[in-house]
Amino acid sequence: MAWSDLLQQICNGLLLGSLFALVAVGYTMVYGILRLINFAHCDIFMMGMYFAFFFVAKDFRLWPLSFVAVIVATAVLGMGLEKVAYCTLRRQNAPKISMLISAIGASYFLENLATVIFTAKPKTFPQIPFFVDMMQIGSVRLQRLAVAVPIITVVFVLILLFLINKTKSGMAMRAISKDLDTAKLMGINVNGTISFTFAIGSAIAAVGAILWGLKYPQISPLVGVMPGLKCFIAAVIGGIGNVKGAVIGGLLLGFIEVMAVAFFPEISAYKDIFSFVLLIGILLFRPNGLVGEKIAEKV
Amino acid sequence: MKKKLMAVALITVLALTSLTGCGGTATEEGTDSAAASGDTVKIGVLQPITGGMAAGAAIEIEGIELANSERPTVNIGGKDVTVELVKADNKSDKVEAANAATKLIEQDQVSVILGSYSSTPSLGAYDVVRNGNVAAVGISCTNPAVTEGNDNYFRVCFIDPYQGKVMANYAYNTLGAKTAAVTTEQGNDYSVGLAQYFKAEFEKLGGTVYEAAYQTGDQDFNAQITSLKANDPDIFFVPGNFTEAAMFIKQAKQNGVDVPLLGGDTYEVQEFLDVAGAESEGVLFSAFFDPDAELTPLTKEFVQKYREANDGKDPAGVTALGYDAYNLVCDAIEAAGTTDPVAIRDAIAASDFTGVTGPVKFDENGDPTKAAVIKKIEGGKFVFADQVTVQ
Amino acid sequence: MDKKKLHIILDIVAIAALIGFMFWANATFNPYNKRIFNTCCIYAICALSMNMVNGFTGLFSLGQPGFMAIGAYITAIFTVSTADKVSIYKIIPISDFMANLSAPFPVALILGGLVAAVFAFIIGFPVLRLRGDYLAIATLGFSEIIRICITNMQGITNGPTGINRIPSHINMWVSLIILAAIVTFTLAMMRTSYGRALLAIREDEVAAQAMGVNLFKHKMLAFVLSGFMAGIGGGMLASLVGAIGPDQFKFTVAYEILLMVVLGGQGSVSGSIAGAFIVRIALEKLRFLDEPIPAIGYPGIGGMRMVVFSALLMLVIILWRKGIFGNKELSWDGIGGFFKLIGSKLRRSPKKEVAE
Repeated sequence: MAWSDLLQQICNGLLLGSLFALVAVGYTMVYGILRLINFAHCDIFMMGMYFAFFFVAKDFRLWPLSFVAVIVATAVLGMGLEKVAYCTLRRQNAPKISMLISAIGASYFLENLATVIFTAKPKTFPQIPFFVDMMQIGSVRLQRLAVAVPIITVVFVLILLFLINKTKSGMAMRAISKDLDTAKLMGINVNGTISFTFAIGSAIAAVGAILWGLKYPQISPLVGVMPGLKCFIAAVIGGIGNVKGAVIGGLLLGFIEVMAVAFFPEISAYKDIFSFVLLIGILLFRPNGLVGEKIAEKV
Repeated sequence: MKKKLMAVALITVLALTSLTGCGGTATEEGTDSAAASGDTVKIGVLQPITGGMAAGAAIEIEGIELANSERPTVNIGGKDVTVELVKADNKSDKVEAANAATKLIEQDQVSVILGSYSSTPSLGAYDVVRNGNVAAVGISCTNPAVTEGNDNYFRVCFIDPYQGKVMANYAYNTLGAKTAAVTTEQGNDYSVGLAQYFKAEFEKLGGTVYEAAYQTGDQDFNAQITSLKANDPDIFFVPGNFTEAAMFIKQAKQNGVDVPLLGGDTYEVQEFLDVAGAESEGVLFSAFFDPDAELTPLTKEFVQKYREANDGKDPAGVTALGYDAYNLVCDAIEAAGTTDPVAIRDAIAASDFTGVTGPVKFDENGDPTKAAVIKKIEGGKFVFADQVTVQ
Repeated sequence: MDKKKLHIILDIVAIAALIGFMFWANATFNPYNKRIFNTCCIYAICALSMNMVNGFTGLFSLGQPGFMAIGAYITAIFTVSTADKVSIYKIIPISDFMANLSAPFPVALILGGLVAAVFAFIIGFPVLRLRGDYLAIATLGFSEIIRICITNMQGITNGPTGINRIPSHINMWVSLIILAAIVTFTLAMMRTSYGRALLAIREDEVAAQAMGVNLFKHKMLAFVLSGFMAGIGGGMLASLVGAIGPDQFKFTVAYEILLMVVLGGQGSVSGSIAGAFIVRIALEKLRFLDEPIPAIGYPGIGGMRMVVFSALLMLVIILWRKGIFGNKELSWDGIGGFFKLIGSKLRRSPKKEVAE
């Protein structure tokens, strides 16, 4: 493989990996606090793309403002989902598996509602020139996105880490994730904090959705399924519940996907197997993911 | 406890309704008079209304509904009979397709079925249709397996081996390509079939083929494109569902691929142009029909009507096929002079129909022989490029 | 009359009623409703298969679609006639060896189950060391790996087109008898020391180990049995539908089965069966939502069925958070208790509540 091709593939991997990382963070945050795989996260992501489709003006005027509106709307949707699908169950101390089913139900609901409301015909994500124009660096041709996405990912992850580790609400989140009941006894507003976590997770999903949409400009009701599965895998690889782990997992998965095809194009049909083999391999040797902390077994 | 009782009540009601549903239809079945009642004739529309293939199906149903709005009645024995479309969702899934087809045949007692979009659900309904004595007319299911060995399954489109041959010949002879990069959408029988038939024909003609694959639902193809591009092929052939193919084409152009990009009939939808944007310029693909080609005198009229109804938008190939399938079936009902499914089946088998996508005459499998049109994307529009018939 | 005798009599009456129902249904159901019944039975088998690991043993596994796929393909390859196979395998012609494989349907079905069990055994070695959600994602991963391999091994599986023209051997009696056999086996097994050990693992793994239960051996037993049942379910599905393809065994199928298991109540055989029947019947009977209802001026919105289905699903799980049966079984005492409960509610007497 020529150097320029390799360089191009590395850029491809970095871009894909950063996108995976951003969505994986959302999974990981909800899991970290509730120990619940939020199956509906990928559909929040999908709704974020539809919001962007409707909020961004035809001539792209004031697009940064539109994007802020998208992020807010998606965060509100995430909080609403939590209230409807999980909060009632949590209050009744329902088993975790019931919440999982509720999550699957919510996921079906959003997907099919989108099919009914927006029709299944794919829509085109607004192609904002600021992001999608091409540039040539030496022998490598890239969209501006390829530079913007990793930077945005890093910025948002840093903000998030600051939020979790340095602020009061972050401390509440960590307390709940350690022990929900004790946290309640300590006077932490558990429901408020969980809502807040869903809002943050969904807002990050909206950022991911915007960048994903700019890169892959096609919106359909099932658009979230594939990224959802991949990002979930990424979160597990990194150690689900851990923000840094999600970023590492996302980047790793992005690179593996691209490099598998780059080096072995003749077996690219088996590409997805690489992700799963990586996942299973990591789980076997590090059952809690790459940077996941060991959760003490309660006897 | 109150809630528990409520839930008990809910389930009981659900269970009871389902039971009465069963009982009710069982008594209805005895009459078997759908054929005799003269007021309406039911046409089943078996389509993936939800699920992964819903996008394409929506465009196909558009054609059926347009035709239905134009021709709401058929003339049976001198009497105008209203056509009722009964839609059944197959969720893009084989199990659901079999269930939905059974429901159409046994419960709704339709006289004939249209669909499904995509070969996957069509194959799910294969057995039900074969044993059900009701004809099904596929609209854009191009897999040869759909009609083979099934006397009741027909289709109004050409089939994959033919399309693959057409594109290989066009690439080798007209474009003068000696090497081709071919991608397959693993998991999509249409794409895999078309890629293989193309490859076989292209290699037979003397060309070389490089292959790469992606999965249904993938959105990033940069890796495949970069490695295929390293072989310096003369053309790219990207058969697959337009949802993935549009992104593939877009990313290929962004990666600096400047050789001709070829595709299949699925490309011919407005959404392909919207998604692929400026990068779709110059893409060539085989199609069922062209608004400007005037395959038959009816083509122009249909295109005009469609444009009027859709703000000047051109109809997609599958829309035209859906339109044709509806009219073919209505002609057959009129020829049969009854709503009896078996008589209609025989009338369909014998039909010599001229539609907007060309003449349809079924061979022993239930497949028509149609010319393929090669179309090009120019200035954000589909334009006629060539017409190819191969043996 | 003592309780035991009464229960035996009630059992006999119930079985007689079931057989009576079957004769009645066979005579009066139209093929559509018969098909719904068969689909329900098949999904009930798949739900039982998942219940074996998820409900009884407390392992969260999502590997069912992969095992179902193996069972389905084995059954298909062995029952489709040689001539049909030669014409189905278009892209890569089938080898003579594969084309000539043939077996009667019951043999093919059991073979499918056995091969699925062997795969479960192989997969079980690495993954059964994992716990909780990690086990779920690893089994889901293996299921997807099986599916991707099936998609790509065109010479054996005919790739994404799949296999069609599978002769149908499924009717209401066949599906009921296979379901009954699996239910009987499951119930009988749960009474043996093996079954008790599985329950012990579910309740407390560490305590079970301390009691001398060989964790790995018993988990493997549940996993392999579950693989076998899923394989049988897959084979029956292939025979019922007549066509199979890899897309039918996506990971989302595992969610659907999980839904049935949890809706009915994890760890309950009656629950899994009820869950499967409710979900499948609801899915079919809600079809009217896709069609217009002129009486109330409803225009018929395509896809409404699935929206309502998912909303109902959430509603039921919120109202009934441990599933319909919890981890209990349908029993005469339970039914008696239930009626007493309703009776006491109706009389509004604050009598002591009798749980199932």
